[in-house]
Amino acid sequence: MSTLRIDREAADGAIVRRPGFGLLRALRQGPLFAGAAAVLVLLVLIAVFAPLIAPYDPDAVDLTATLAGSSSEHLLGADQSGRDILSRVIHGARTGLLGPLLVVGISTFLGIAIGVAAAWRGGWIDAMLSRSMDLIFAFPGMLVAILFVAVFGSGLTAPVIAMSVAYTPYVGRLVRSIAGQEKARPYIESYRVQGWSGWTICVRHLIPNITPTVLAQSAINFGYALMDLAALSYLGFGVQPPDSDWGSMINEGQAALLQDAMLPSFAPGLCIVVAVVAFGIVGEGIADRVAKRER
Amino acid sequence: MARYFLARFLGLAMVLLATSFLVFSAIHLAPGDPVTFLLKGHPATPEAKAAVRAQYHLDDPFLSQYAQWLGDVCAGDFGRSVQFRQDVGALIASRLPTTLFLIGYAALLIVLAGVLLGIVAALRPGFVDRFVLIGTGVATATPSFVASIGLVSVFSVKLGWFPTFGGGQGFAGRVEHLTLPAVALAFTLSGLLARVTRSSMLDELAREHVEVARARGVAETDVVRRHVLRNALGPIVTVVGTMIAGLLVTTSIVETAFSVPGVGGLLVSSVNVKDFPVVQAVTLLTVAAFVLVNLVVDLLQPLVDPRLSPTGRGAS
Amino acid sequence: MAFLEIDELTVRLPQGRAARPILDGVSLRVGEGESVGLVGESGSGKSVACRSVLGLLPEGAAVSGAVRVGGRDVLGMRRAELRSLRAREVAMVFQDPRASVNPMRRVGDFLTEGLRAAGTAPAVAARRAVELLEAVGIRDPEGAMRRYPHHFSGGMLQRVVIAAALAGEPSLLLADEPTTALDVTTQAEVIAILTRLQAERGTGMLFVTHDLELAAAVCDRVYVMYAGRIVETQTAAGLFARPRHPYTAGLLASTPRLDPDAGPPKPIPGRPVSLAEAPTGCAFAARCAQVRPECLVEPPALVRADDAYAACFRVDEGIVT
Repeated sequence: MSTLRIDREAADGAIVRRPGFGLLRALRQGPLFAGAAAVLVLLVLIAVFAPLIAPYDPDAVDLTATLAGSSSEHLLGADQSGRDILSRVIHGARTGLLGPLLVVGISTFLGIAIGVAAAWRGGWIDAMLSRSMDLIFAFPGMLVAILFVAVFGSGLTAPVIAMSVAYTPYVGRLVRSIAGQEKARPYIESYRVQGWSGWTICVRHLIPNITPTVLAQSAINFGYALMDLAALSYLGFGVQPPDSDWGSMINEGQAALLQDAMLPSFAPGLCIVVAVVAFGIVGEGIADRVAKRER
Repeated sequence: MARYFLARFLGLAMVLLATSFLVFSAIHLAPGDPVTFLLKGHPATPEAKAAVRAQYHLDDPFLSQYAQWLGDVCAGDFGRSVQFRQDVGALIASRLPTTLFLIGYAALLIVLAGVLLGIVAALRPGFVDRFVLIGTGVATATPSFVASIGLVSVFSVKLGWFPTFGGGQGFAGRVEHLTLPAVALAFTLSGLLARVTRSSMLDELAREHVEVARARGVAETDVVRRHVLRNALGPIVTVVGTMIAGLLVTTSIVETAFSVPGVGGLLVSSVNVKDFPVVQAVTLLTVAAFVLVNLVVDLLQPLVDPRLSPTGRGAS
Repeated sequence: MAFLEIDELTVRLPQGRAARPILDGVSLRVGEGESVGLVGESGSGKSVACRSVLGLLPEGAAVSGAVRVGGRDVLGMRRAELRSLRAREVAMVFQDPRASVNPMRRVGDFLTEGLRAAGTAPAVAARRAVELLEAVGIRDPEGAMRRYPHHFSGGMLQRVVIAAALAGEPSLLLADEPTTALDVTTQAEVIAILTRLQAERGTGMLFVTHDLELAAAVCDRVYVMYAGRIVETQTAAGLFARPRHPYTAGLLASTPRLDPDAGPPKPIPGRPVSLAEAPTGCAFAARCAQVRPECLVEPPALVRADDAYAACFRVDEGIVT
């Protein structure tokens, strides 16, 4: 959850591995990483080709199939409106992955821009940008997202903007510290002596050199962003019905639970857990590889 | 020392001021006219319009509106709920005990389960350690609302041990109603805490002074308690603090899942029906509590680690 | 019978973690009140030998031989016996006082911990701790009891560690490089305190160090270790006058001297044998100037030469340095 900021102090100079998966390292020798990566590729393929794969229209209501169990017709059964759960889960992968992708994309971009600016310019610019990031850290990201929804209305936009802002300091702090180290290296000085502009050096040399480390952090953030956005969607603040989303499917399926129909809420729940575990393993794996190469 | 405290409290005041400004100006940031926004979903009678204009001093210049609103808030007047037609302060006060009970209950479970599992994993390398690692790995990837549906389906629907919704009355009633929500809240975080405890314990177990204590004939249980666990407490306290601060927000998810009549559930339902005075008040109070918990954790650190204490330096 | 007897102690790490034993047939004696040095380079096994006296052995190690304290075998002791041995009879002073004292607990707690573990009443233990702090030269002992380790300098903290070691009135003190981590000026003070208290109380001492000169200054007798084996033992004076093993001679020759007529220090060529190597013959052969073919075939046993013992095939020929 974005509201958990463990290892905050350690953020300078190291990837913040909120300790979800760091210790899985012992178990992640090869096959686990490969398996997790395969799961992610599969998820992406499912999301991209959802309309082709899904056996039914995810929004097609069939009241004769209300709360049908698993059958050859509906592999994962049907929900209270008789909509095919498998099709909804497949389509749900689209928003389920698109939201975190936007959050991670925006926060990575902003984080690199802010972090490099702070490290490169130093002085009052650094002080101002660093204090602003500290201030954002002082807010619980999820709460800001809820406030945004209250003001701008529900949908994907408000949560994505709020979570992007909340995740930016994670990337920004990391970039600031490693860009600072990189800036002190002799090769940067030699480019300057040759008369290259600061902008060119940053874009052509400094940023590409720090990218692997930043990507590792972003991959770890992806899993957490997915969990946060799914939670917002569960609360009804995300994608609005009838569009399918894992979080909102759990919300809708909860009532069916009392009628002993587990699939409507369990199927999307399992998807979230699997996706988060896979992103955690892959993110940590990349982080380890980067750390090994640095050494 | 005094300067440190002063700086921290100033920082706290700054964050609260920034939050209040953000929360207040939100009504002007929202698309459309503030009056319509504040009355969304309710009949915009001239009387209602006038009441809202008066409550938010909308006829004054912006900064003056903010100053008057802030003054009211500091005096404990958060305005009136559109949804419940009731004073917001009283509304929150009536729901606060349930939420605090839930957070306290969950925090207790997190600390008990997390620290115990972490200790066991650290002291029993091999099978037990691996088992705990895998279990907590899955737990940390399970969001509280997914844990909620699992718990409801097993313990309420299948076994019928616990009710599926409500807050309960009295201590026993609260325990009965809030056990499943507290477990759901604690599920993810206790896994996280177990991992933090384990790695912190392993760091300390490898220290030479632990070996020294053994070499001096101190019994193993005392070595673990007085030297390993005691010294591993620093990261554990920090993490528990951030977790409790996080619970202030995640409780809204679980309160929604179990229809617990608490402050978190109130926030969610108020967002859904656009009851903005309530959203403002709950947001402000939650941020205040969040920052305060973080501050308390920072102030606790010197008690946990005497090396961080700013007083009493100098060699003898 | 000596108070401490180590007999043919061999310690092997589990397969794959080391090619040779860390300790290979080590035998060693420390009498009542006697002060004995154990000298070797890092990795020679001297610390492992020292810790074995407390029954502290590397995890998973295979052990043969015997360690007897006051006639009782330490390696066969049960937990409770071992605890009482550690709390009452044998105490240890470690290399780095910063690392060996728990930074989160008060100094008084550290001093009395061993006594309390052995069942002494807290008030009695505290009184005794204050006496000992005074004896090791710490000003304001009562105040010091309430302070934390980070309030002390390294030298002062090592005095605290010595006081703590003496708290249980042990008959044997193990000192594992007690001054290596300290500044040169404080080293002399700490050694002075250690030897004074040891002599006053009649405590036996096993003094482990890499510094042959220091060992000779502190101890009556010195054992020299190389690659897990004892290669030479004799009196401190004899060692300087006539080293019997080429390694000892090399160590002496490699120490810089201030005498105007002494030549420049001569380092021993090569490097110590790591745990990954298992030479068949004498472990020192690769670095030895007097090496002969038989040295590479099997390791020499300790043989008597006058008052000394040395593990060298050429012990009778004398050493030309």
